[in-house]
Amino acid sequence: MGAVKRKCLVRRVYDFYRDGFRSMDVGRVLWVVVLVKLFIILVILKFFFFPDVLKEKAGQGNEADYVSAQLTHEFQPSAPAENTPPLTDKD
Amino acid sequence: MISLLSAIGADAVNWSRAQFALTAIYHWLFVPLTLGLALIVGIMETCYYRTGSPFWKETTRFWQKLFGINFAMGVATGIVLEFEFGTNWSNYSWLVGDVFGAPLAIEGIVAFFLEATFVGVMFFGWEKVSKRAHLAATWLTGIGATISAWWILVANAWMQYPTGQKFNPDTMRNEMTSFADVALSPFAVNKFFHSITSAWIIGALFVVAVSCYYLFRKRREGRDAEGERKVAVHSIKIATIVGLVTSLLAMFTGDKLSYVVAQVQPMKLAAMEALYDGGNGVELVGVELLNPFQQPDYASGEEAALKIAVPNMLSLLATHSLDGYVPGINDIIKGGYTMPDGTVAPSLDEKMSRGKLAVGALSSYREAKKAGDAATVEKNKKILDENIKYFGYGYVSDAEQTVPFVPVCFWSFRVMVGLGALFTLFFIVALFYAYKRDFANTRWLHVAGIVMLPLGYIASEAGWVLAELGRQPWTIQDILPTWIAVSDVGVGSVMLTFFIFLVLFTTLLIVEVSIMSKAVRKGPALSEAARK
Repeated sequence: MGAVKRKCLVRRVYDFYRDGFRSMDVGRVLWVVVLVKLFIILVILKFFFFPDVLKEKAGQGNEADYVSAQLTHEFQPSAPAENTPPLTDKD
Repeated sequence: MISLLSAIGADAVNWSRAQFALTAIYHWLFVPLTLGLALIVGIMETCYYRTGSPFWKETTRFWQKLFGINFAMGVATGIVLEFEFGTNWSNYSWLVGDVFGAPLAIEGIVAFFLEATFVGVMFFGWEKVSKRAHLAATWLTGIGATISAWWILVANAWMQYPTGQKFNPDTMRNEMTSFADVALSPFAVNKFFHSITSAWIIGALFVVAVSCYYLFRKRREGRDAEGERKVAVHSIKIATIVGLVTSLLAMFTGDKLSYVVAQVQPMKLAAMEALYDGGNGVELVGVELLNPFQQPDYASGEEAALKIAVPNMLSLLATHSLDGYVPGINDIIKGGYTMPDGTVAPSLDEKMSRGKLAVGALSSYREAKKAGDAATVEKNKKILDENIKYFGYGYVSDAEQTVPFVPVCFWSFRVMVGLGALFTLFFIVALFYAYKRDFANTRWLHVAGIVMLPLGYIASEAGWVLAELGRQPWTIQDILPTWIAVSDVGVGSVMLTFFIFLVLFTTLLIVEVSIMSKAVRKGPALSEAARK
């Protein structure tokens, strides 16, 4: 009984949107443009032009090390100012 | 255009910034109209709900159609920005990931469930659900879009005023310590209300402009002309009230936001006022002859010619005291003045020194951690925590890097405020004519109403230009400069995607404007019952 009711609800929602789309008067061109845009952005641009750089360069699980190296790689610690604590025990 | 592109330079940082600016400006063409029209359509449908008049029903449906075109065209324009985070700004993305996760997840869920659910009922449910349910769906669509904007603006506000987080050197991420501090920071609250009220102005300007177009074109007498005229006159009556109220609210919220900016981003305030040497009782500059294409010689303190200013006004706006102290660019670089929290502002040299300590401590911390040297780990953790506030200054090599491009900040602020004042004046006049005079036959007002719409978009975009260029060089204020936030990617690939977007967005904009124009030209077609 519940399944039948749920099916009816799904069917009603489907009919609701189907009838709605069919009755749109500016809908045809609009939806073509929207679908083309979504395809270009979500498929072509995302997969061919916008890789996840961190995953590619660092690999899964090594992101922190990679970003740390990016942030400190060419960093030359300046001479500690007076009255500032040393950087390491050895310093 | 070519000189503009050549000015970007030849490094990945500037091209990544240019690309982000391009996509954000394009995205912001749709957002304010969605938010603004949602409010006006909601008010119109409430008129229908209360009166039961077929006129209000058909008028609502007409504006809803234009809302739908804009809504559909704006779909996915924001997601491009997220792609850019992952590709061009991967260091930044990793560092902010934990803080941004919650607001953006909520935004996604709210946007999806509220907007996607109710927008369907709003468009397709007119004859299928009750009047009350439909009205609820219309308002909930608008509320959903507004709440969605809240979370995006929370994320943006956090970059301008990072709060409610702690940097974890093990994960290399800023981790949220207080959701309330992030979501309800004074910057986020004021930024949200100023952005939303400005979006409502765009909605009002759009309705007025389209209505003025109908009154201006004066179709030949007939059914369509009569209905079109009636829709235009009644729509203007609603839109001018919304426009005037929201213009006044935008002034109020703008003042509140400026006050917060003065507290937490003094360099942005100094740049937008072209204030080189500050002091007590500082004047507010109306206009001055500041070269819009060249960074001024702020170090010399030489002011531009032909200045028109209001005495003590900047102090009043920035500190709520006529004699309050407002630091200029040189004061911020030199330091030594008392800040709003009562502490003495450190000089740039001191910030750079402490920033270098923080970056050095981070490096030593991670090395010691790998080596299992607990004492060194502990010592560097302490240094890092004490200096993390100035972390980004560790990458600064000279003062020029910390000063935004003053002319853009100065002029974009004046464009935004000047046009905002113009809109207020226009709405006052339009409201008077709509209720006390014959708006429908006042041609000059129709032309003015049409002209106001592009000016509205210019003002809205100018606000964002000021907000984003004014915080340069920081992607996260004081913590991460752009040249460290950027990914290790070649400039060629960023340039390629920049030009792809330029072509794509220009094409889409032409298509979108033509679809919208076609729907506007067609106009509302009222039934016999609605025209009575």
